Amino acid sequence: MTQIELRGIEKFFGAVQVIHNLNLAIADNEFIVLLGQSGCGKTTTLRAIAGLETIDQGDILIDGKAVQHLKAADRDIAMVFQSFSLYPHMTVFENIAFPLRATRMSSGEVDKSVREIARVLWITDLLDKRPSALSGGDMQRVAIGRALVRRPKAMLMDEPIGALDAKLREEMRAEIKRLHVKQGSTTIYVTHDQIEAMSLADRIVIMHEGFIQQVGTPDEVYSHPANLFVAQFVGSPVMNIAEASVTDQAGAATVTVGDAAAGFEFPRALLSKLNGHAANGGLTLGIRPEGVLVRRDAAPGYLPVEAHIIEPLGSFDIVDLQVGSKMLRARTKAGYVSGPGEKVHARIDPEQAHFFDTASGKSLGVRL
Amino acid sequence: MASVALTHLDPASRAAARGWSDLTIRNLFIIPTLVFLIVFNIFPLIYSLGYSFTNFAANRSEPWQFVGLQNYRELLSDDHIWSNFIITAKYVIVSVAGQMFVGFGLALLLNRSFPMKGLITTLLLLPMMMSAAVVGLFWQLLYSPSWGPINYVFGLGDFAWLSNPDSALYAVAITDIWMWSPFVMLLSLAGLSAVPQHLYEAAAIDRASWWYTFTRITLPLVSPILLIALIFRTMEAFKTFDIAYTMTTQPTAELIAIRLYKQAFQQWDTGKSCALAYIVLIMVLAITNLYVKYLNKVKER
Repeated sequence: MTQIELRGIEKFFGAVQVIHNLNLAIADNEFIVLLGQSGCGKTTTLRAIAGLETIDQGDILIDGKAVQHLKAADRDIAMVFQSFSLYPHMTVFENIAFPLRATRMSSGEVDKSVREIARVLWITDLLDKRPSALSGGDMQRVAIGRALVRRPKAMLMDEPIGALDAKLREEMRAEIKRLHVKQGSTTIYVTHDQIEAMSLADRIVIMHEGFIQQVGTPDEVYSHPANLFVAQFVGSPVMNIAEASVTDQAGAATVTVGDAAAGFEFPRALLSKLNGHAANGGLTLGIRPEGVLVRRDAAPGYLPVEAHIIEPLGSFDIVDLQVGSKMLRARTKAGYVSGPGEKVHARIDPEQAHFFDTASGKSLGVRL
Repeated sequence: MASVALTHLDPASRAAARGWSDLTIRNLFIIPTLVFLIVFNIFPLIYSLGYSFTNFAANRSEPWQFVGLQNYRELLSDDHIWSNFIITAKYVIVSVAGQMFVGFGLALLLNRSFPMKGLITTLLLLPMMMSAAVVGLFWQLLYSPSWGPINYVFGLGDFAWLSNPDSALYAVAITDIWMWSPFVMLLSLAGLSAVPQHLYEAAAIDRASWWYTFTRITLPLVSPILLIALIFRTMEAFKTFDIAYTMTTQPTAELIAIRLYKQAFQQWDTGKSCALAYIVLIMVLAITNLYVKYLNKVKER
């Protein structure tokens, strides 16, 4: 039962402000992922919660109690580091037992707790080995075991699987999820990998340059990005972004991308929803590649376009289509567009289109 | 780590740019060193092993005779020599333990950032850069019974540190601790800064107290380098001559090296002295070997 609340956190490194007025409430048993590029302040936020970093302003509340002045040891929080930080001179057993022995637990209880957690993590047969003899995945299992063994109030994870290779990362991702479901503890997880964030999080906190950009469930941040940064950071392949203008033509709305000769047809409702935004010109269209529909033959509403680069990605292809001077990336069935230079027809699915204010980058919240 | 055999000159090196070949480098640097080592170290070592089985005396021109193991037999049954060894053992234990304690303690204090850290570290290293004979003479002045600063500061009246049979050896050991603690400090600092910071962070998160972190993380991780410091200082302390010789003439402070010096260059008993030197060498080798075995065990982890 642990709630964590961050209120008005500010943090400076010298003259550089790395966290700006950060507010976040984390519910009991929630899996929160702090997502952002390196240098966005996510790790600093995590270390501040752990007590490894001081904050210059604001409150960190654990179960309603302000802890920003407590030492790391007094906050009863466990942490898994990207570098694993296993004690190299101790066996796996001694590593996992360390937090228990440090607080003078009886040796019988230590033994029981360590073996129990080793069983959950499938590392029982590694207990006598030293960290140097382990694979990366096993090292991280041990590090997670060391964090879980004392049943902390909360688990903090700083890119725990960032140092592993791709296949192992996928395995460990599933395992962390399994453990969270099974053990259930409030978890804050830091990563720069949006796939990790999407697959693990109850809620994702997207950070950029020390500011929170958006807090929401994976579906919310994917389907309703709050601004251009979130729109382009979440989702792979990256969302298409283009300045666009909307005109009223023959009873339907037409969205023209950049300086293209012709525009895409949209339902008339767009005009009223945009509420005059089309007129002042500061409009940006965002459309994910799967929202760009491609056909070989002409059809009503489809514009003729030319294919440029084709990236085959196995189950699907990403095709660059030239629309005016802009490129729109579309997701097609594998091999649907045979090669560069081919003339095809494209349309934008109005239901998947996002509209942003070009100047502020904020979403206009218009959905069709 | 695999070692790389350097068979050819690195073509990018300055030596290669000057048109030197492997052969030039060998002739210039390695051959003189080897010749020097053979003439001044290896040859005397073997020659003195030969002398140790004779009654040779370097100041007499009479022919010498082969006496077999007689020198060794006499030395090992000589109570005087054994008391020299006991004095030396006391000295080694006190002085090396003191150096390890003071040196590692200083290193712990210095292993954080504070203003003028570099300057203070350099100043602390000065003693070990001095000549041992000079250090001995200076400390003789410091210990001086009637006007020495040590008695003045500690209010000990006219306590005669160096001519009191009970204190002379320890007075010399204190000087040795002063002189060589910086060496242990330097090695310890290197060891301490090699302990990754994130291990301390992990320990803090794991709720370990300062003492628990120190005994379970710092000490085990620094211990290999502490052992190396211990090996060096034990070997050196065993051979101590100059400090003790310049500071005191007390028989209770007569280390084995001083005994050896007297026997070789005052009594001119060259053959027997060679035998004694070999006994000392074997003892130092035996002690070092014990440490090295332990060191290898520690390093395996």
